[in-house]
Amino acid sequence: MSLRSPLGRVLGAGSAKDGTAHWWAERVSSVALIPLTLWLLFSLLTLPALDYETVRTWLALPISSFLALLTITVMVYHSFLGTSVVVEDYVHGTGTKVVSLLLLRFLHVLVGGASLFAILRVAFGSQGL
Amino acid sequence: MPARPRPLSPHLQVYRWPISMALSILHRITGVGLALGLLAFCTWLMAIAGGEQSYDMVMRVIASPPGLLVLLGWTFSFFYHLMSGVRHLFWDSGRGFERAQRVASGWFVVGGSMVLTLCVGWVLWRGAHS
Repeated sequence: MSLRSPLGRVLGAGSAKDGTAHWWAERVSSVALIPLTLWLLFSLLTLPALDYETVRTWLALPISSFLALLTITVMVYHSFLGTSVVVEDYVHGTGTKVVSLLLLRFLHVLVGGASLFAILRVAFGSQGL
Repeated sequence: MPARPRPLSPHLQVYRWPISMALSILHRITGVGLALGLLAFCTWLMAIAGGEQSYDMVMRVIASPPGLLVLLGWTFSFFYHLMSGVRHLFWDSGRGFERAQRVASGWFVVGGSMVLTLCVGWVLWRGAHS
């Protein structure tokens, strides 16, 4: 006989409070990253050159900027999930851990936001600085 | 409190390193490396948006010997993390845990990521010298 409430059993969260959600999100984003990162690598390697004009023209194509937006979003999400586990494993002490995770989250949003903004500027043809 | 410290369970340093353990650690290291690579990728994207001057500056840094070395590291990290990640996804289905299978898939991931890294290096080298 289990002493857990029916709701507790359904949620399956246990003492960690969030169950398998983190683990599952890591898997889902990793599956999405397989085609996305391979597309990115293949596109860059098949460009005739990596000079400014070629790269900018390529990134400004609707299909490139759209897929680049998706790629960077999932990359940042997956990176945040992964590095959070590293911090949770090696940073001890509740205070330091919470502050590190907070900084990690802010940094990922900053990098993601800056990357998305850069892609959008290229996609919508904003010229230079 | 006990009079003398309780015995501890054996820790990492007393084990011979099986390949699964080394590769698990490498998966995490390459993951952290790729997270740092995200910073460089973001810089590269901002440089494209910033115009020709900023782009050329970033590309000069990448094309320098230390830049290329780091790029090589990121390329290997990418392929290793990708292949090792697929290995983990396969494991999630509950298969491939026999000793021989584990060792074989481990060496396949190591060899495969090295070969793919060399392929990318060759494509870039050929592009730079044509």
